[in-house]
Amino acid sequence: MHGLINRSIQCFLRDTYGVPLWAAVARRAELGFDSFEAMLTYDMAQTEAVIAAAVHLLDRPRETLLEDLGTYLVSHPNVDALRRLLRFGGVTFVDFLHSLEDLPGRGRLALPDLELPTLVVTNHTAEYFTLRCWSPLPGIGHVFLGLLRAMADDYGALVLLEYQGFAQGSEEVSIHLLESRFASGRRFELAARAG
Amino acid sequence: MDGGQIRTEVSVFAHDLDRLMPMHLCLSASGHIASCGPTLLKLFPDLPFVGRRFFEVFDVRRPGGINSMSALNTRVGDRIYLGLRDQPKPMFRGLAIPLSSGQGLVVNLSFGIDIVNAVRDHALTDADFAATDLAIELLYLVEAKSAVMEELRQLNLRLQGAKSAAEEQALTDTLTGLRNRRAQDLALEQVLGKATPFGLMHLDLDYFKAVNDTLGHAAGDHVLREVSRILSEETRSIDTVARVGGDEFVVILPELAEPARLRNIANRMIAKLQEPMLFEGQSCQISASIGMTISTFYPNPSADQMLSDADQALYACKRAGRGCSQMHVTSDVPHPALGPDARG
Repeated sequence: MHGLINRSIQCFLRDTYGVPLWAAVARRAELGFDSFEAMLTYDMAQTEAVIAAAVHLLDRPRETLLEDLGTYLVSHPNVDALRRLLRFGGVTFVDFLHSLEDLPGRGRLALPDLELPTLVVTNHTAEYFTLRCWSPLPGIGHVFLGLLRAMADDYGALVLLEYQGFAQGSEEVSIHLLESRFASGRRFELAARAG
Repeated sequence: MDGGQIRTEVSVFAHDLDRLMPMHLCLSASGHIASCGPTLLKLFPDLPFVGRRFFEVFDVRRPGGINSMSALNTRVGDRIYLGLRDQPKPMFRGLAIPLSSGQGLVVNLSFGIDIVNAVRDHALTDADFAATDLAIELLYLVEAKSAVMEELRQLNLRLQGAKSAAEEQALTDTLTGLRNRRAQDLALEQVLGKATPFGLMHLDLDYFKAVNDTLGHAAGDHVLREVSRILSEETRSIDTVARVGGDEFVVILPELAEPARLRNIANRMIAKLQEPMLFEGQSCQISASIGMTISTFYPNPSADQMLSDADQALYACKRAGRGCSQMHVTSDVPHPALGPDARG
């Protein structure tokens, strides 16, 4: 799996549970190094070993750990770049939901060898959506559950999210949009940063 | 089907034109700005465009010579580059098209390569671009590219650091595969620590510079590799042979403290090194001078002292005409080697 993803998991564990926990995870997962490089590619088995080690050492269910990872990815200041890149998807939360299908393509625009999950968003009514995710990482739906929750906050939208399980090779998350402008959300400037 | 152009008139309401082209200007036949798109208004809130003459406000920089409505009319359909009069920036790309009434033009503008700065300086949002515009994708790409570049820069810095650290810790001379000066220091430290007697040779090639100068560096490198092969063959596996300078070598010989044996080894090395070496059909002729010392000469042998004494002995060889070996002369221990021990 791409180093960027492994590196994100590493940053999540380090920033949330501390440097010693990450060091213990790296040892238990038998990585043979103490830090993933974002610009290299690693075997999928190493990603799985890291998640399994973290689940064991933290004694937390895999689902909640992955959900927290998703939330961290778009809400922690250390990884603000990802939140910004996702915000380019649309002005409103609904725009953003529809832009999710473009995510793998957007990822490849930046890094041609970046494999992101295949995503399909279905719009049942104006308020009910489902997101289906295909990924080699079991539990990817939980990552998106956490990510969508944090992005809804970011847009100031009020949503009910539910993990619907695994079917036909994909994991499904249901999204019930209660109010699209519930709170003011976080500011997003298209070109806020110099350089 | 006769090749004639079918001209279909399309009329849209002004507010729809605003959505389609949020940076357009409608010019009357007289060249006055009749209306303009919302994004242009947002860019220049202090500039009242409407009602003013287009060429008073804008300056068409390329192609040259467009400074009247009649000139602009001849460039209908072409890409033009324009900016505000008396202001170097921002620069726009523009396209003028005639209105179907034949009275006036619509000029649509877009940001050129400066789009990132324009968006930042004027706090533009998605709503300021047409829904079909790829400006947002461009901004996304610029940001994603910068993030990736930063990651790569950091990776390069880490790799650079790791490379320097590895070089610092390296013990091998890359050209010859012999040990390097750092390995020599470590080996000396080790034999001194064990308190076993040992011999030390400082070897300097003679006439090597001539090979380099006349036959080139490739020949020089070949000779250095041949020298390292000979020195390795003439020493035991427990000895340390290090290349410590361009054509300088140090040999540490543990458990060898007899001057006569060391002299024999040194003379054999010199004899071997004096045999012509072939490089691409050319014969390279070198020799070597060797200064030696032995740890038992000293009550408290130290690396610095022994290296310095071996060096002194080496220079005595050079003064004596090169191609020979010489043992360090110590006042404490009587020693027979007062002159050159061997001659080439």
